[in-house]
Amino acid sequence: MIAALFVMAGLAIVLGAALGFAAIKYKVEEDPIVEKIDAILPQTQCGQCGYPGCKPYAEAIASGKADINQCPPGGDEGARKLAELMGVEFKPLNAEFGEPKPKSVAVIDEAICIGCTLCIQACPVDAILGAAKQMHTVIAKECTGCELCIAPCPVDCISMEPIKETVGTWKWKYPIVELKAVS
Amino acid sequence: MSRTLYQFHGGVHPEEHKQVSTQLPIAVAPIPAQLIVPTRQHIGHPAKPCVCIGEYVRKGQIIAQADGYISVAIHAPSSGTVTHIGTHPMPHPSGLVDNAIVIATDGKDEWCERQPIDYRNLNASALRNRLRDMGIAGLGGAVFPSFIKLNPGVPQKVQTLLLNGGECEPWITCDDMTMRERAAGIMAGVAIMRFMLRAETVIVGIEDNKPEAIIAMQQAAAQCQFPVEIVVIPTLYPSGGAKQMIKVITGKEVPSGGRSTDVGVATFNVGTAYAIHRAIDHGEPLISRVVTVAGNIQQARNFEVLIGTPMNELVQLGQGHPAKVSGYVMGGPMMGIDLQRIDVPVVKATNCILVKSQTLFPPAPLEMPCIRCTRCADACPADLQPQELYWFARAKNFDKAQKYNLFDCIECGCCSYVCPSHIPLVQYYRYAKSEIAFNLAEHKAADHARERHETRLARIEREKKERAEKLAQKAAAKPATDTSSDDPATTAKKAAIQAAIERAKANQATTQPPTEPS
Repeated sequence: MIAALFVMAGLAIVLGAALGFAAIKYKVEEDPIVEKIDAILPQTQCGQCGYPGCKPYAEAIASGKADINQCPPGGDEGARKLAELMGVEFKPLNAEFGEPKPKSVAVIDEAICIGCTLCIQACPVDAILGAAKQMHTVIAKECTGCELCIAPCPVDCISMEPIKETVGTWKWKYPIVELKAVS
Repeated sequence: MSRTLYQFHGGVHPEEHKQVSTQLPIAVAPIPAQLIVPTRQHIGHPAKPCVCIGEYVRKGQIIAQADGYISVAIHAPSSGTVTHIGTHPMPHPSGLVDNAIVIATDGKDEWCERQPIDYRNLNASALRNRLRDMGIAGLGGAVFPSFIKLNPGVPQKVQTLLLNGGECEPWITCDDMTMRERAAGIMAGVAIMRFMLRAETVIVGIEDNKPEAIIAMQQAAAQCQFPVEIVVIPTLYPSGGAKQMIKVITGKEVPSGGRSTDVGVATFNVGTAYAIHRAIDHGEPLISRVVTVAGNIQQARNFEVLIGTPMNELVQLGQGHPAKVSGYVMGGPMMGIDLQRIDVPVVKATNCILVKSQTLFPPAPLEMPCIRCTRCADACPADLQPQELYWFARAKNFDKAQKYNLFDCIECGCCSYVCPSHIPLVQYYRYAKSEIAFNLAEHKAADHARERHETRLARIEREKKERAEKLAQKAAAKPATDTSSDDPATTAKKAAIQAAIERAKANQATTQPPTEPS
């Protein structure tokens, strides 16, 4: 009886020590689910979801504070992927947070720009080039189309232009022609 | 000499229709009034224009430089004046516009200075740069820059140089005619490629439905300084595919997702070999190619066509149409692309222009549901499961399609050809492939944006910290003067000053005489 007790106690100590060691050695710094959610989000950093960027929104989803259907640039497709990852029912995009729009880039009307640098400060990905009292311009390749630069502009010289399809970005179409219901 | 031949999986026997365009020798197409030379004619990055509007250019002059690693130069196909640099409709399934350099020709066809070189005097690297600047890209259809493929690799990866004279696609005879008429030139090109690749063996694979080409190539091979084996392979579509031809001739199978060089074979089209010969031995860049014009026209024939010639002018050389034209195809009926319009230019990839009519190319019958007969799987030369790929592509289940090796599909069209339900299978695969490629590009862009955003946040954080530190330093500097009394060094200083004051006072007392009695 006593031998058995000792064996069990000894086992408990050894296993406990192993677990404790593993907990320290293989400690996960950050919740990996946040990374996974962040990988699905489109990284426009537009804040339409109500959070200041994609990462904070990912954290909010992971902690259950935000829903999966608050990201208009991600669209229904993004919401579907998030639902799959989180193991929840798919919900279509919540229109409260905005409508999905075609991919666009910001364009500064350089004749009107007064060089106030407000848009530069607003741009989440440093895609605007310029200096105080110097003309600013958008680096189109880096622009995510988040529209955050439009509101701060005091002279309304920034507009969004949809990206045109080129030979390089053209895609083969889905071969099924959907029949339209005649009402 | 006989060689054991192997068989690739599947394959079909479509009607050949090759006789019609091999009756007459290759004719030189007239110089058009206007040449539209696109800057994106090869796989990779478009070339960068280096001429301006109004500039006079000579035939063979570089008008756009290679831009980036996977790119080649573009040349003026004839002499004339540059009238426009900008967008023009392209021979592309989308019918979209792309950048082109338009030259109004002067009819003089005046060459720029040509510099023939002896390839044996140059090393392989210099030769590769030369081929890039000569605009050489694979003429078999993929238009991949040849100079990149002509790198033997370190350590040597390529043992065999395989020249592809398969030309298995129906109607097309441009390689056949090139081999018949220009076999010696092809062999001269092979000599250069063999030198660059340090290849041990040279093999030319030709389908047995081209007896004249086989004889011409055998005669040319006999004149060569090095051994060249002409291998006659049975006619079976798509034996002209690089991977299929390697399998037939060497028995080796290119691994999934791999390239020919993975099994030690470098494959080139015969037309490319001829273009390399012209570029090195004559100093003539790739400004023209042989194009088959066939289908619904009076006189089908092969033409030597300047790159940039509008296709409608080329089609007119066919002396009219026996039936009503129902469309145009660039390439063959199996793999070619339907053109939305015919005022587009001939490019380096244009091996054939097919004029369609309802009788020659009847419209596809109505698509019926898949009955899972797996005839497509029996026909697939890439040994895939087309019926599964179809289901996944149709259901937009792209991950699964990729797991079933969608990207090993060569889009040969065998599956759609045998499908009893007339399902346009290749269109589904193309759709799935372009969606996957697009998603991948989007993902890359998102990763890039995330990185930039995080860098920005880190920078803002750092600047904040630096500012706070500076403020703290300033704040720390002020009280330092007040608290200095405790410092032993400053006390000593103070004491010294005090002592000095005392001394001065004492001095004053001694040196100055008492002032009272004067």
